[in-house]
Amino acid sequence: MATPVGFFTDTTLCIGCKACEVACKEWNQLPDNPIQFRDSYDNTGQLDQRNFRHVRFVEQATSNPDKPIAWSMMSDVCKHCANASCLEVCPTDAIIRTEFDTVYIQQDVCNGCRDCIAACPYGVIGFDSTSGTAKKCTFCYDRLQNNKMPACAQACPTQSIKFGNLADLRKMAADRVQALQAQGVTQARIYGDTEYGGLHAFFLLTDKPEAYALPNAESAVLPGRNDVPGYLAVAVTAVLGAIGGLVAFRRRGERA
Amino acid sequence: MLTEHFVAAPHWEWYILAYFVAAGLSGGAYVMGTMLRLWGDARDLPASRLAFFISWPLLLVCPILLTLDLGQPTRFWHMLIDSRTAGLAFKSWSPMSVGAWALLIYGIFSTVMFVVALGETRSTPALLPRLSRVGGTLVGRAVMVVGALFAVFVSAYTGVLLAVSNQPVWSDTWTLGGLFLASGLSGASALILLLARPRQDAMATDEKLLEADRYFIILELVLIALFFVTLGGVLTRVLSGGWLVLWLVVLVGTVVPLLVHWRPEWRRRLSPNLAPILVLLGVLALRAVVIFSPQS
Repeated sequence: MATPVGFFTDTTLCIGCKACEVACKEWNQLPDNPIQFRDSYDNTGQLDQRNFRHVRFVEQATSNPDKPIAWSMMSDVCKHCANASCLEVCPTDAIIRTEFDTVYIQQDVCNGCRDCIAACPYGVIGFDSTSGTAKKCTFCYDRLQNNKMPACAQACPTQSIKFGNLADLRKMAADRVQALQAQGVTQARIYGDTEYGGLHAFFLLTDKPEAYALPNAESAVLPGRNDVPGYLAVAVTAVLGAIGGLVAFRRRGERA
Repeated sequence: MLTEHFVAAPHWEWYILAYFVAAGLSGGAYVMGTMLRLWGDARDLPASRLAFFISWPLLLVCPILLTLDLGQPTRFWHMLIDSRTAGLAFKSWSPMSVGAWALLIYGIFSTVMFVVALGETRSTPALLPRLSRVGGTLVGRAVMVVGALFAVFVSAYTGVLLAVSNQPVWSDTWTLGGLFLASGLSGASALILLLARPRQDAMATDEKLLEADRYFIILELVLIALFFVTLGGVLTRVLSGGWLVLWLVVLVGTVVPLLVHWRPEWRRRLSPNLAPILVLLGVLALRAVVIFSPQS
């Protein structure tokens, strides 16, 4: 197995240029987005089958009257979770873990059941009605196999998106948080060290995860948590239903 | 603590709604047929046969609906066979995977019981009456009961499938599997009642089916209450705007039949088919509101 790879996205360096989105679309030959007028510079909207990268413009009100709105930008992407919800539920094994420890949807195996879309806690996966399959960031699997870095990381002009060996990136991220906190950015934190067993695409944030539409540690839970309680409820209902049937059918039978 | 959701909707819509209804009623009907044979008397056999006659065609619709809903319908077999290794594709922790296999196995039992029931009727080919005699043996009963376990699963697992996700509402409750089972049993009782009434031979079971349906409706109402309680903060997702109309249909489809079943004098005043029809509308509305409201 090759060395596990990752993306470390430092949101404090993101300028919202969307070079990553363009490079991703170009390399992966993704279709254009339909024209929409949104009340924001964020005209991409969300991650889906057309957008494997999405520069999120997080607009927040401030107490400064000269600067009433502050922007935090974050280039969002599939997190390639160590414990991936999509991979857990996929009934056809179309979703696999690659030799680079990333999560990949095999387009020739996926039958478009969309269970992975229901399971992904980050809303990353979209359904492509043309191919009839689920699609998301491939971590540029084809480029990795040819020793090239993913297109988005290569295009990023500010080094906000860093690609490399996962262990090295985690060390780099920890150092960066320490440096920012020393400079007074006390809100600086890493998202993705522990969530879903550790994310392969993790982020340096300057606000709580919810502000970036990321589930917090309590909410980052796997779909399988409902497996046993759900089946238990079925079993109890089945027993009670059978008792109901026994009472209704047998008693009258005895009277006859 | 309830989970905060940032998910996308899978767009499971009309085919899935139709499948959930068909699977719920088919499984429920098979279970009713089995219980009538196990615990009823000879007069209940026509109603039991009717249950198996209902169960089989409803089951046949299920894989068709599921296949039509796929983005790549010709790859439906990927649910059962690993297309890369040609081995079996089975994941015990994925309700969709287990459900695909359960549907296949239940299909075998449902077909066997349909043939057995057909063999018990007159004007069938000579081979069938011989097959039908198997139904009365210990082995026949064992086969029927094992089939009923798969029928329960098929009727209920769709609720567990929804819960094993990260969608709002669906993943915030553990009640959906039990709720769909109770509703499936109630709906199947109503369907048997509706179809039995024009037949003189199946009428003998009428009162028993009404009583059973009362118990199933009470069970369903308890599970609906638990469903609401477990949703906590996301309750507004299912109890807002137009969804209230569907909940009203669910309410009418449970409470009114319950009262009508209980009071023979009300039953005499109203059309005898009203309560079963309301129950079936409630079965449809319940699944519609559960499937559609979190995705809107």
